[in-house]
Amino acid sequence: MKKIPPAVFKPSMLAGPAIDQTGVEERTARFTKRSIKAVSKMQGLLLTLRMIDLTTLEGKDSVGKVEQLCYKALHLHDAFEGLPTVAAICVYPSHVRTAKKALQGSSVKVASVATAFPSGQSHLSIKLADTRFAVEEGADEIDMVISRGKFLEGEFAYVFDEIASVKAACGAARLKVILETGELGSLDDVRKASQLAIAAGADFIKTSTGKIQPAATLPVTLVMLETIRDHYYKTGTMIGMKPAGGISTSKLALHYLVMLNETLGADWMDPHWFRFGASSLANNVLMQIAKEREGCYQSANYFSVD
Amino acid sequence: MATKKTKSSIRPLRPGSGWTYAPAPESAAIARIDEQYELFIDGKWQKPSGGSYFDSINPANEKKLYRAALANEKDVEKAVTAARKAFDKYWKKMPPAERGKYIFRVARLMQEQARELSIMETLDGGKPIRESRDFDVPMACNHFFYYAGWADKLEYAFPNRTPKPIGVAAQITPWNFPLLMAAWKIAPALATGNTIVLKPAETTSLTTLKLASIIQEADLPPGVVNIITGAGNTGAALVRHPGINKIAFTGSTAVGKLIQQETASSNKKLTLELGGKAANIIFSDAPIDQAVEGVVNGIFFNQGHVCCAGSRVYVQESIAPIFLQKLKDRMATLLVGDPMDKNTDIGAINSAEQLEKINYYIRLGKKEGSLHYENTATLPKKGFYCRPTLFTKVAQSSRLAQEEIFGPVLAILTFRTEDEVIEKANNTPYGLSAGVWTDKGSRIFNMSKRLKAGVVWANSYNLFDPTSPFGGYKESGYGREGGLHGLSPYVTF
Repeated sequence: MKKIPPAVFKPSMLAGPAIDQTGVEERTARFTKRSIKAVSKMQGLLLTLRMIDLTTLEGKDSVGKVEQLCYKALHLHDAFEGLPTVAAICVYPSHVRTAKKALQGSSVKVASVATAFPSGQSHLSIKLADTRFAVEEGADEIDMVISRGKFLEGEFAYVFDEIASVKAACGAARLKVILETGELGSLDDVRKASQLAIAAGADFIKTSTGKIQPAATLPVTLVMLETIRDHYYKTGTMIGMKPAGGISTSKLALHYLVMLNETLGADWMDPHWFRFGASSLANNVLMQIAKEREGCYQSANYFSVD
Repeated sequence: MATKKTKSSIRPLRPGSGWTYAPAPESAAIARIDEQYELFIDGKWQKPSGGSYFDSINPANEKKLYRAALANEKDVEKAVTAARKAFDKYWKKMPPAERGKYIFRVARLMQEQARELSIMETLDGGKPIRESRDFDVPMACNHFFYYAGWADKLEYAFPNRTPKPIGVAAQITPWNFPLLMAAWKIAPALATGNTIVLKPAETTSLTTLKLASIIQEADLPPGVVNIITGAGNTGAALVRHPGINKIAFTGSTAVGKLIQQETASSNKKLTLELGGKAANIIFSDAPIDQAVEGVVNGIFFNQGHVCCAGSRVYVQESIAPIFLQKLKDRMATLLVGDPMDKNTDIGAINSAEQLEKINYYIRLGKKEGSLHYENTATLPKKGFYCRPTLFTKVAQSSRLAQEEIFGPVLAILTFRTEDEVIEKANNTPYGLSAGVWTDKGSRIFNMSKRLKAGVVWANSYNLFDPTSPFGGYKESGYGREGGLHGLSPYVTF
């Protein structure tokens, strides 16, 4: 039975535990102490590939560029047999149709940013039109941005309504809500924004657009994972997580997976519930896989840039 | 959005079970461990006069690791004489800046050999390599660096007074942090110009003996630091020796009391760092996820073999259920096993005797009617291991809540008001440390004023720094180690 999210914002949606930044940083440092070797390293690398939202979000994106990226999504490195595909391609709405066509018949999803990405500085009607356009073009997933300005002004009801109406405009597409944590300023606000997004109907919560520094960090992601965990404790409903921006090495990606494993556990260790928003991570992972297979590192020239 | 499920129908989380980490063992071969160790007296390795040795095993697999000399009264006599001679001949006359150079040299040599020291500490004592590598050894080095700096600045530590060394210090260290406790004791004693006879605990002599060879390498004048190994009798002979001016002991409250009796009729200066049964207090406004982590670090750090372990958790009733759920989910991810594996969170219990003591308390807790929960780790067949364990529904009057267990066993109690929890937290013969978790700054100040504990950690636990003094109230002992305060026990005016 599908239930429409509650249409009204309630202040209780923001009530959550305090966050102690030092404690969060200590915990995330502990994740990075896990030593991932041999079989478990290979498992982690392959899972990382399957969790990637291969992303291009530039003004100079063209049909050709998007088509090439889609080919890469399906053929990460054909020299190695048995490699998985990435989870999704992430593009601007105007390239959804191209990507959809290029990926036809595969299981790779097409995600589109929408809602006046990346700043979100536009009227709600335009954001909704942007969303509908992307969905009509064939997007399986929508990555929206919240109005950070409104959030910081304390207009939580506005942000809530915005997310809820974008969710309604998504139809069957899964909604990822980008909090742009680099603009929120504190982990307490990250927690609050995560709760607000989940209450308003987010299927996924996502850290960043990738256009603002800092983008995804381990501490920010941990706070979001713990919000997801509290929601699960309370309701039994799973919410997805997507750290995006700044995760470009496989070592860091493995740290994220350790954190995911030890915070939410086995059920979330799947591309359906966890994604990496990244453009250059895939090649770094491929180089590590090559090293595990051949015993030595190979030149970056052996791996295609697009 | 899915329909809201009733709480009981929600499938439990499976934290930690989505990925098994392959073994990542540190290499034991890096540690060059001798088959047999002699006594380090007067700058030389000397055979014990009784000719006896005792074995030390690796508690992770029960295999013999080395044998160490058993020092008797004659050896104690030799060591104290050597220390006295070194005090008169070299150490008290040496310009303080020169003393400082020697201590700096020891610190640097330790740092250079940090990896070997960590491996030795883990092999000998059973603690996870992650802890000896990231905590014990670096912290021990830092203590030497810190006190080296004080050596020529004592007049600023005690303004308008002239601090003088006391003479020969007898130091007895415990088995839970062998190298670190040796550093806590040796570094301030040397900086203030005293000479030393130190005896490590008999199950964990290795890193202290390695430190002796580092001290030899640093070319300290002979007899300034003497290391003698042995058990209780050796320690007793050392404490009784009339040539001793100062005793620093870290260990059990029972032995501390014996030492106090023994020295009552003498003018030996004494500091004691003894047991504890710390309260870790979680208020309803606490950063709950970080508090869970603090509780885990508070009790499961070093298998709970920590005198300041947060072994009593007081959680405010309104958040007790969710707190407990989170704590159990966190405990599920703790990896118990081979201490040499870099991923191990909880290593081996230090000795068979200690494991038996812990198991006794676990049986007692069950008998007292408390609810028992433990992590589901598979324990290695050989060696001394104990799963991280917690008890709920623990009464304030139960032995589980009153006595020091010195193992990975946590007692959880609840409270309603601030006054109530202060009364309960102070309701113990001990007073070493406490933790307070709350988002409210004023409450932290109020609590730390009213809790009778030497250290009160706010929104953190088990954090240490060489600049910060450490020590107890009541039966947790007296005197402070670390920081400026740690100089006082070693000077006279």
